[in-house]
Amino acid sequence: MRSNILLSRIALGLYLVIFFTYLLGPLVIMSMTAFNSNPFPTITPWDCFSFEWFQVLANDERILRAILNSVIIGLGTVVLSVAMGLAASLILTQIWPRWRSTYYTIIIAPILIPGVVLGISTVVFWDRLSRILGPATDALFHNGIFLTILGQSTFIASYTMLVFVARLQRYDPGLTEAALDLGATHVQAFRKILLPFMRPAIASAAVLAFLASFENYNTTTFTFGRYPTLTIELAQKVRYGINPSISALAFIIVSLTVFGALANEAWRRGRIKAEAERKGEAVAQGRSILPGFLRGNWAAGALVLFSFVVITLFWTARAYSPEQCKAEVRAAKQAEAAKRREELLRRRAQQRLQQQMKGPDIFVPSGKPAPAGGAAAGKPATGNAPFGGVFDPGNLEGQSGTGEKPDEGSNAAPPAKPSPFGGVFDPGNLANQAGAGGDGESGEAPPGKADDNGGAKPTSPFGGVFDPGNLKGVGGGAGEGN
Amino acid sequence: MAGGIGVDLENLWIRFGDFVAVRDANVNINGGDFFSFLGPSGCGKTTILRAISGFLQPSEGRVLIGGKDMAGIGPNKRPTALIFQNLALFPLMKIWENITFSMEVKGAGKAERRKRADELLEMIALEGQGDKLPSELSGGQKQRVAIARALCAEPDVLLLDEPLSALDLKLRQHMRTELREIQQRVGITFIYITHDQGEALTMSDNVAVMRAGVIEQIGSGHDVYDLPATPFVASFVGENNVFRGRILEVNGTEALIRTNRSGDLLAQITPAARGVLKPGDEAMMFIRPEALSLVVDAGAHEKTRLAAKVVNEEFEGNSYSVFLEGDGGKRIKMSLPNVGQDRIASKGEDLTLKYELRNAVVMPAGELAAE
Repeated sequence: MRSNILLSRIALGLYLVIFFTYLLGPLVIMSMTAFNSNPFPTITPWDCFSFEWFQVLANDERILRAILNSVIIGLGTVVLSVAMGLAASLILTQIWPRWRSTYYTIIIAPILIPGVVLGISTVVFWDRLSRILGPATDALFHNGIFLTILGQSTFIASYTMLVFVARLQRYDPGLTEAALDLGATHVQAFRKILLPFMRPAIASAAVLAFLASFENYNTTTFTFGRYPTLTIELAQKVRYGINPSISALAFIIVSLTVFGALANEAWRRGRIKAEAERKGEAVAQGRSILPGFLRGNWAAGALVLFSFVVITLFWTARAYSPEQCKAEVRAAKQAEAAKRREELLRRRAQQRLQQQMKGPDIFVPSGKPAPAGGAAAGKPATGNAPFGGVFDPGNLEGQSGTGEKPDEGSNAAPPAKPSPFGGVFDPGNLANQAGAGGDGESGEAPPGKADDNGGAKPTSPFGGVFDPGNLKGVGGGAGEGN
Repeated sequence: MAGGIGVDLENLWIRFGDFVAVRDANVNINGGDFFSFLGPSGCGKTTILRAISGFLQPSEGRVLIGGKDMAGIGPNKRPTALIFQNLALFPLMKIWENITFSMEVKGAGKAERRKRADELLEMIALEGQGDKLPSELSGGQKQRVAIARALCAEPDVLLLDEPLSALDLKLRQHMRTELREIQQRVGITFIYITHDQGEALTMSDNVAVMRAGVIEQIGSGHDVYDLPATPFVASFVGENNVFRGRILEVNGTEALIRTNRSGDLLAQITPAARGVLKPGDEAMMFIRPEALSLVVDAGAHEKTRLAAKVVNEEFEGNSYSVFLEGDGGKRIKMSLPNVGQDRIASKGEDLTLKYELRNAVVMPAGELAAE
């Protein structure tokens, strides 16, 4: 019996862990990728702790403008949908008791209509209207911000109305009557009695409306015109490949959300506690080193902790430079690549050995034993080879010659080909390396030189990490041992 | 009474669809009176109050306040203030803001309002509580705040809709006296709605008893209690013993009734039925429990005596209640003050009771109040 209970508790705990991992895991992972210097949003491999993507984000004009558009549209939607929702809820609860259910259906319908339809119909409607009303209205009725606010408000107003109706059901109409009876006009009764009562609902409806507007895509995609919102901009960006600056944005948004939620909770708990203390139901907890507003209020504690973490993070960001680490990571990668390269070389050497044992003509149709580096020049682009020409035996010719004449060998290297591996395995690149193997002096080339070469191939999808040019120095270093 | 503003209802009808909530009400309430509408729930008394305060337009007839027809004048323009059944204090406002709301909407400054609030708080014995919220006060305190808020508007007529019904018994009895005192101090017209006849009788100068939208009787507490106009009033206001029967003879203001069970009894005819009641009419006679007593002398009039069998007896501290077999399955109740008797009678005993003629009223038969 007891073990059953324990088991079910464990199962419940497990379920909760899985559930919250499912809910929050992606957000946590995404937030973390914002701090990885790896140019692809990932946490493995973890390269360096870096703030560079915040920098990238801060310099991204399009994103910033999109955020501004989103905020403007969000605020407009808040104003419009809160006003419409409040009016609708008042009519629903107080004015038309007989038509209530019909009216409710009509008001709630926009929630059920797909956002795409709302978006298209908004554009079409205002377009027709501007044609009817003449060109004077053209600029306004085709303005992306105007259309987006209207389009979003059609259904967001329904959301806000639901919030207001829930609150209004707890309102005692007697209060309005009491105000009227005491000489207030209807406007005064609304402003001084009903509106203060609705204030919490107005606040939550405004937040709801803003968030719904901010995250909306499918209505906005038809209405935004020349004012793309953040969601639109992000969607467009993803199409051309992403980098962690989007993660940085995600981190900022998640942080703001967490901060807002904690602040709200802390404030609410603080008020409840103050209320209880004023009524004498709870005494202020006695000795504690914590300041009063933190006592017995976990949310306030969490808020302080969270703020502390974020402030530390930003303070670190100003002082911290990941260059050292980045250089180390680069070096590590280069070392790893070099190791692979040596491996490759060794294999090739073996292959060559085998070839020579079997006979030199097997792979080289020209039949030349290829002792001279110049022979390579006679072998032009084999660029269409599926492995970037790695296994093109012709490439090996230069190699074979480099032992004696390194300079010639390097000249013989074929021009860079658009290899899928960013030229990593392009054997032509190996020419220098191999030469370095023979020539101890060139192995002492400073790493700066390797950087220069790496920078010259910006089209590589991996940011030139695997650019063999980077390996020169390393390879040289390895060659020294020979 | 420093003559306040009177309220008159003239041929007032109020209908909701087919339902008639108030039927042809005619009431004259004198200025400065404490006037009560008394009736069971659903009798239309709150509807009348709402018509006076302006939340309802009468279907027919007129409401006059101080002789002025109030048709088309909204509740915020009438010289009335209403104290709601649930008090309707503004939950988000402090007590002093609640009290002075009527000044705020007229644009009075904060200092002025605060000063007036302090005066009123003193009057209702809540000094220093002005900065609390309504939710922090007890029921009785809220009650007094609601009164202060209404009085702050300086109305000519104060309307109270069962304001004491939510309070417990002790507090209710205390508030009765307090309300009466306040009314006498401010000297304005109070119109009070209640289903509690005790409240109505203690506080009111005049009472209107209502049943199903109809005003059955208007009169002072004494009139309503001692000389009820209808069987409903007789049975609704206080406890009463009913004797059904037929009129045998009418002699001026007196009538002899042949009751179904207790023989021929004499009673005075209620003023409203004088000249109406004729020999042979179905009639009901009412005698209060406290008006019955045991026969000790033999000299009293024979026609004011009745005999009945004791069913049981209850001791109630200050009095004994003796229940005897009456007609129609009803019991006759007799209350006798506890003056040290051990007991009055034992079960099954036959007793002879007597009463004073002025304590028995007879009227045409009609509907009794539900028990």
